[in-house]
Amino acid sequence: MITSGARTKAHTGWELRLLLRNGEQLLLVFIIPIVLVLALGLTTFVPGGIDGAIPKVLSISLLATCFTSLAIATGFERRSGALRFLATTSLTRTNLLAGKAIATAIVTLLSMLVVLLLGALLGWRPGGAWPLSILIALLGAFTFAAWGLFLAGALRAEAVLAVANGAFLTLILFGGIIISPDQMPDVLGSIIQFTLSAALVSALTISLTDPAPGTANLLMPVIVLTVWGAIGALLARRYFRWE
Amino acid sequence: MANTVLQVENLVIRYGPTSAVDGISFSVTAGQVTALVGPNGAGKTSTVEVCTGLRAATSGSVALFGRPPADAASRSRIGVMLQMGGLYPTAKPLEWLTYLAKLYPDPADPITLLTALGIDPATKTTTRRLSGGEQQRVKLAAALLPNPELLFLDEPTAGLDPAARRDLLAALGALRDLGTAIVLTTHQLGDVEEIADFVLVMVAGKIVASGTVAALTGAADITSFRATSGLDLNGLTSALGDQFQVIEMKPGQYEVRGQASPQLLADITKWCAATGIQATEIRSGGRTLEDIVIAATEGNK
Repeated sequence: MITSGARTKAHTGWELRLLLRNGEQLLLVFIIPIVLVLALGLTTFVPGGIDGAIPKVLSISLLATCFTSLAIATGFERRSGALRFLATTSLTRTNLLAGKAIATAIVTLLSMLVVLLLGALLGWRPGGAWPLSILIALLGAFTFAAWGLFLAGALRAEAVLAVANGAFLTLILFGGIIISPDQMPDVLGSIIQFTLSAALVSALTISLTDPAPGTANLLMPVIVLTVWGAIGALLARRYFRWE
Repeated sequence: MANTVLQVENLVIRYGPTSAVDGISFSVTAGQVTALVGPNGAGKTSTVEVCTGLRAATSGSVALFGRPPADAASRSRIGVMLQMGGLYPTAKPLEWLTYLAKLYPDPADPITLLTALGIDPATKTTTRRLSGGEQQRVKLAAALLPNPELLFLDEPTAGLDPAARRDLLAALGALRDLGTAIVLTTHQLGDVEEIADFVLVMVAGKIVASGTVAALTGAADITSFRATSGLDLNGLTSALGDQFQVIEMKPGQYEVRGQASPQLLADITKWCAATGIQATEIRSGGRTLEDIVIAATEGNK
């Protein structure tokens, strides 16, 4: 009998293999973040230069990998019947989800490392509360993945493709990532700050720039992110279909 | 005692208020080909889905090697070929099988398997770009990969050319001889007549007939033929004798019930000739499985 760990390892390898050779996924996970680091780090569009750009691009990496890429890949696996077939093998649902989670985590890590290394080349230096930043990134990854799996499991594959890409662009442009809520008109900014993307950028900006961030500053974005994550997880659990 | 690999007891599957399977029971033993046949919507696929752990039963029980189908240990002993899906579109056949082989304790060699099924293991073509027949063979390879003790095949010959179909049926016969149990779901009733040891006819969620092909199709007590509809049945019965009963099964399709013989065939054609009727497809020796399924379906309406 193959152990559960061996099955999870096999599926992790399979997910990584498919993900890292898919051109569209590579564009989302690596190319777009690289272009954004260069564009935002070398211009004055974002206040704070490269230091202001890094939290934004890290948020985009998390959004691309854990939400858009995961949703599209899972949606098409559902449509092709591949997930249905795997459910008849010795691979359990836990093995499959664990394999996806680990593969996504590895790719996310790679994507973030690329962003940070490129940022370092452009003059960015780590100066914030690192352990806290990692926890916030993990919370962001969980939140985006929950919403990605909800979409992938509830909608048709073509709809997943459209909604995931649409949401990706919408959140980057209007979800408090490129343009911060405080740069927006008051009413709009006060609404946008409650989006999951704006909350993640806000929390990452504080934790990456302030070595001793106060609880008061971080409390609101972390609560917003947690609520989004909880809702996404509940919806994914309730509506995710394997076929 | 026969080695039972699958035991289904009073299985009920409901989708909301709709009953897909309504209290069926059967068992499958090692070295036996069991065919599930019936019209669309009979409950065949739902039954297989529960047996392979894809779906939970509403009530009743299914035991795969004495354990629940959802159990990973049970599933490592089965092979499944689904009618819809079962391939990663962006994967090449060999890499797909190589991955799957890591999930089983004693898998077949993917290269040997693909070669035996006529797929080039070195092909760079992804499964979505293979022809329908090639995709079917890769799905079959995936089902055979675990060296399964129990094989579920849903429409395995769909999309295969005649030579490939013949080879597949021969391969399944060889597997059966090695002790593999096979559950076959298909509309290709010719395949069933050729290979099945036991047939379950399902209509509207129930098993309406079961037995060996020979037992179901009957002995030499039915002679059938086609002619124009609305024949004078009383006239034909009078010509054949009171020991025969003539029935128009559907427009233009007739059955003569009674001991078949060369004399009976001669009498039927003689009467047709005398009345100016062209009889075709005269056949004796019992009904076909198609007749059985159609009759069962009609009887359920």
